[in-house]
Amino acid sequence: MTSTSLSPEPPGSWRRYFGFSTDAKVIGIQYIVVAFFFFLVGGLLAMIIRGELITPASDLVDRTVYNGLYTMHGTIMLFLFIFPVLNGLNNLLIPTMIGAPDMAFPRLNTAAFWLVPVFGTLLIASFFVPSGPATSGWWSYPPVSLQNPSGYLISGEFLWVLAVALSGISSIMGAVNFVTTIIRMRAPGMTWFRMPVFCWTALAAQSLQLIGLPALTGGALMLLFDLVAGTSFYRPEGGGDPVLYQHFFWFYSHPAVYVIILPVFGIFSELFPVYSRKPLFGYVYVALASFIIVGLGLIVWVHHMFPSGVAQWMRNLFMVTTMLIAVPTGVKVFAWLGTMWGGKIRLTTPMLFCIGGLFNFVFAGITGIMLATVPVDIHVSNTYFVVGHFHYVIYGAAVMGIFAAIYHWFPKFTGRMPYEGLGKLHFLLTFVGANLNFLPMHPLGLMGMPRRVSSYDTEFAFWNVLASLGAFLLGVSIIPFLLNMISSWVRGPRAPHNPWNAIGLEWLLPSPPPEDNFGEHVPTVISRPYGYGSGEPLVENQAQIERALTLAEATR
Amino acid sequence: MTSSSLPEAPSPTPIPAHGEGQHASHNLTGFVIFLLSESVIFLAFFSGYAILRLAALDWLPPGVDGLEWRMPLINTVVLVSSSLTMVLAEHFKGKEKLWLFRGFWVLTMAMGVYFLYGQAVEWSGLKFGFTSGTFGGTFYLLTGFHGLHVATGILLMGLMLYRSFIPGIYAKGEEGVKATSLFWHFVDVIWIILFVLLYVWRA
Repeated sequence: MTSTSLSPEPPGSWRRYFGFSTDAKVIGIQYIVVAFFFFLVGGLLAMIIRGELITPASDLVDRTVYNGLYTMHGTIMLFLFIFPVLNGLNNLLIPTMIGAPDMAFPRLNTAAFWLVPVFGTLLIASFFVPSGPATSGWWSYPPVSLQNPSGYLISGEFLWVLAVALSGISSIMGAVNFVTTIIRMRAPGMTWFRMPVFCWTALAAQSLQLIGLPALTGGALMLLFDLVAGTSFYRPEGGGDPVLYQHFFWFYSHPAVYVIILPVFGIFSELFPVYSRKPLFGYVYVALASFIIVGLGLIVWVHHMFPSGVAQWMRNLFMVTTMLIAVPTGVKVFAWLGTMWGGKIRLTTPMLFCIGGLFNFVFAGITGIMLATVPVDIHVSNTYFVVGHFHYVIYGAAVMGIFAAIYHWFPKFTGRMPYEGLGKLHFLLTFVGANLNFLPMHPLGLMGMPRRVSSYDTEFAFWNVLASLGAFLLGVSIIPFLLNMISSWVRGPRAPHNPWNAIGLEWLLPSPPPEDNFGEHVPTVISRPYGYGSGEPLVENQAQIERALTLAEATR
Repeated sequence: MTSSSLPEAPSPTPIPAHGEGQHASHNLTGFVIFLLSESVIFLAFFSGYAILRLAALDWLPPGVDGLEWRMPLINTVVLVSSSLTMVLAEHFKGKEKLWLFRGFWVLTMAMGVYFLYGQAVEWSGLKFGFTSGTFGGTFYLLTGFHGLHVATGILLMGLMLYRSFIPGIYAKGEEGVKATSLFWHFVDVIWIILFVLLYVWRA
């Protein structure tokens, strides 16, 4: 079913990872590796930022350079790390979990992936243009983003808009593909309510991409015209409205947080049952809550704009909708706790990352409710409280969930086992580092330290030193991870088809799966997922399938 | 997408979820999802236009007293009728009368080209430009972005016309015509909203 015309390399050859493959499993790994390359770039910028902030004076880098650093850090981490890495997981997991041979549109998939290095290069290139990179923050609000003091047409801001627009196109291509695949290519017998929760959350997240991204792309197009063509959509002097851009930006970029966190909810929902040996508590509610989050997530964006001069009725309305999000999210949190309750918990590396991620997520949820409250929000707006909140969401919860997923599915897609010792060290450094880095940001914000400044009052020094130490610890934490990934892929122990005793279609494939997954022999699904402890088979003839896999492993 | 070029492998048991025969309709599903997503970008432009217009103190730039509506009205009638000729073309394709299909298909294309021509004539006679405040900016943004879609639609129709001459391609449940016609109706509906917003809405 997958086209071999585009990938001349034989299956199994390492060379196919460097070409235009149409195999979703190859593309998935390409996405993840490229994303981690940009993660290192964005992380390096974060190290410089925290190095600057370890002392109250602005002494490490120039102030303009500092503006470029935080702008590029945010943009790279979101558009070049977290979206690509999640699309990589989607590519690996969606077809194998639903028993499809590949994505619905393999060539569209290839094109969507190869746009990532293209716009990545464009964005990184902005460091080397005469004007320097964009300096108006990752949200690029006008009028600051329209200043262009250097006067060059090809400015950092210009490249920023171009890169974001291309990223949008790539994500739309991906989303069309993922949604079509999930709707149309499920294995026989896999009804909606027999589908793994990861696929539910991926469907929800990709629907949000489809609804939200065009608005950002349209808004960014208008920003580009204001910047280079002399229009005045956002220029007050020409009758334009800068707040209009904020609406466009947040109409997408708030749901973008759910695009990031929903698949992580999916990962939690997959992994807690495996390592607690219990079925997922309230499967139907967990699955449906994803779509309640989609619906509510589309009508909360104004909470980013409470101090921007919006009407009072809007503030009240969006405060209420924002707080309502806590209900479906709470359903999920309690479902995971209910899953672990009384379970036979195995503290493997993926499980540790899940528990740590859940802990951080609950903390981020509490500060999120605080931020939704209009009076609190106006007080802490544009302070480190906000920075702390979203780093807890993005790094504390989402990135830790992504690490959990990588350790959990690594044996499936590489055929090798990752090392537990290095993995646990990685977890320890990440968990301590993230909390040490991001927790001090909350008192700093409440004390009134603004974000995006390179110098600050000496009374803020204590918490900043702590945060910087935490950041450096996070920087170190990536070393055992990379070491683990590379060495275990090269010479790790061979992985059996189901090393974690997990239930799911992907675990009924050899490790690594053949190019067309089940090929013509897609098993028929006969029960709900997560039947841990029930002894019920997931598919017809499960015993024969597993026996054949074990036999093949014994003779290889 | 790719599999249509590969020979059909004999399948021992029918696999209903992703059998070879259903692959073409994946394309249609994907295309409908794309169109739904594409409609949001117009929604964004429409709401941006409305917000800017409602908030403006002087909506019209100096020396401009509004838009001439007669020529755009003719354009509207042509574009809406082209949706009807397209339905006729599809009808004849269903009856396997390929030449009638091609005739109405070409008529639809001609009406699309006429629409673009009318748009170009209107643009060349206007006294304001893209940079004439938010009025000029939104006018050219909306009509230009829509015009790009009309041009894309005509290109797609040309491609489908070309494909109709490849023997047997329409017999195997070809879905490109259906997708193109969906796209054309979409472009049509967008224009009606656009016409109301730009020309009918008077301050």
